[in-house]
Amino acid sequence: MTIELSLHTAPDVPLEADLISPDNFLSLSKTEIEKQLVEHGNQKASIGDFFNVSGEKSDHLILEGDLSKIKHIGSTMSMGKICIKGDAGAHLGATMSGGEILVEGDVADWLAPEMVGGRVEVRGNAGHMVGSAYRGSPAGILGGEIIIHGNAKNEVGHAMRNGMIVVGGNSGDFTGVNMLAGTIIVLGELGIRTGAGLRRGSVVSMNNSKLLPTFRYSCLYQPTYLRLYLIYLQSLGLPISDDQIVGQYQRWCGDLIEVNRGEILLYDT
Amino acid sequence: MKIKSTLIDDTFAEAFKMWATRVVITAETKQWAMAAATSMTGFATSVIGCKCEAGIEAEIPADETPDRRPGVSVLLFAMDVKGIGKRLVERVGQCVMTCPTTACYSGLKSEDSVVVGGQLRYFGDGNQISKKLTEQRLWRIPVMDGEFLVDERFGVQEAVGGGNIILLGKDLKTTLRAATAATKAMRTLDGIILPFPDGVVRSGSKVGSRYKALMASTNDAYCPTLRAVSPNTELEAGINCVLEIVIDGLNETVVRKAMQVGIQAAAKPGIKRISAGNYGGNLGQYKISLHSILDGELA
Repeated sequence: MTIELSLHTAPDVPLEADLISPDNFLSLSKTEIEKQLVEHGNQKASIGDFFNVSGEKSDHLILEGDLSKIKHIGSTMSMGKICIKGDAGAHLGATMSGGEILVEGDVADWLAPEMVGGRVEVRGNAGHMVGSAYRGSPAGILGGEIIIHGNAKNEVGHAMRNGMIVVGGNSGDFTGVNMLAGTIIVLGELGIRTGAGLRRGSVVSMNNSKLLPTFRYSCLYQPTYLRLYLIYLQSLGLPISDDQIVGQYQRWCGDLIEVNRGEILLYDT
Repeated sequence: MKIKSTLIDDTFAEAFKMWATRVVITAETKQWAMAAATSMTGFATSVIGCKCEAGIEAEIPADETPDRRPGVSVLLFAMDVKGIGKRLVERVGQCVMTCPTTACYSGLKSEDSVVVGGQLRYFGDGNQISKKLTEQRLWRIPVMDGEFLVDERFGVQEAVGGGNIILLGKDLKTTLRAATAATKAMRTLDGIILPFPDGVVRSGSKVGSRYKALMASTNDAYCPTLRAVSPNTELEAGINCVLEIVIDGLNETVVRKAMQVGIQAAAKPGIKRISAGNYGGNLGQYKISLHSILDGELA
């Protein structure tokens, strides 16, 4: 049993729809779902004004249409599954603690900020601030995993404290900025100033990169733990070669302006 | 009951409830993985004298290990969960972490677990790094060839220790050959170990001793040299060598199966009888009848 929401009217301005969540819909009938209130700009509206609804009382949601202006889908969700057959708007899965979100298209900025647990997988590209801390907040994601098959823009994993973020394509500038712990793996190229302010944690890239002068080269080695990560990601369908799994990586330690306990691993081709 | 010319005694092996864990050791080559496993399972023949019983369960092909490197699985048994935890920290720390290129993973999925990597991490002197992949927490401990990777926790489960068969032969050569055939057949099974040297023990013991300090002493009833002097002898004329094979397993079924295949492989000309060790059924939780397992009762 699933609940399907199909977009029939695209919103003129962003729609704040944080109640589109398995936790919320699990106990609601079709009529009740249609009557749920959302913020359309500064106006109140109902889900039925924008979506055709079918199904009821389920923790498995399927959303269809161009949802790039629908914000906060799956915010605070703790269980269940959301499948989005199209693009998704900003703040998707914000602070979620469990469950799974799958997006077949692209997502806008602020994907899963301050996530605590669960899983988000995006088939397309992502905007800025993937898995980041909100401005002024001390920590970004605390757990869970975010998998982006395409590219991501700036500040991936800003201040993340735990969990894993994977970018199948390229990442923008300041990847892992102010990171506290956790793992970021970028299969494409890194932007500039990777790991600025990195305290602990790992940023891994399959391409060489010009790093900040506050990172120091340690050695060339085969990190066993990385094999486990790459084997896992390969099983998810990410384009990881066997050579990358068994290969050697340059280990750069930093950031010297912080506690110098973090690392950037660059695949040595 | 007979298998060919070998008499199978109508008796039972008395086995005990123990706790077990499976350790998966991987390394750059099979040689190094085996070196670590061999070291880790040394001095682990009997829980009485060694505080645990351990042995190599199997080699694992690289494509079946967590990091796609050649691996070896080790089973370790102790009388309680706490004992498993202590022995693992000692043995993984001294025998696996010290061995070049190794990594060490929990090989049992179980509700119960003991902390291992979470203790060994302190060797990193503050430079250790924790990683969490899905639900698996690992520790990276810096060492001189790179990093030692070890699971934070290892699964433990209830298990069965002390399954056994006793081979009574006409001479040393024949009995050794039969014991070797039995251990070879048993080692094809998963979930068991044979904790004694190459799977065979000659110094079978009985409970108690004339010396108060000893918990156990030689099993004079099965010593051919004492046949004429021991009032308890179980040996008839013509039996000049006795060897025992002890089996620890993850469950009773696999212990029974190991005993079954072992008896079938050992029953050769020159093996007069096959028996089993027990304490009258008063100590162990499991009584494994030799006739029943040969009749196919494995559960």
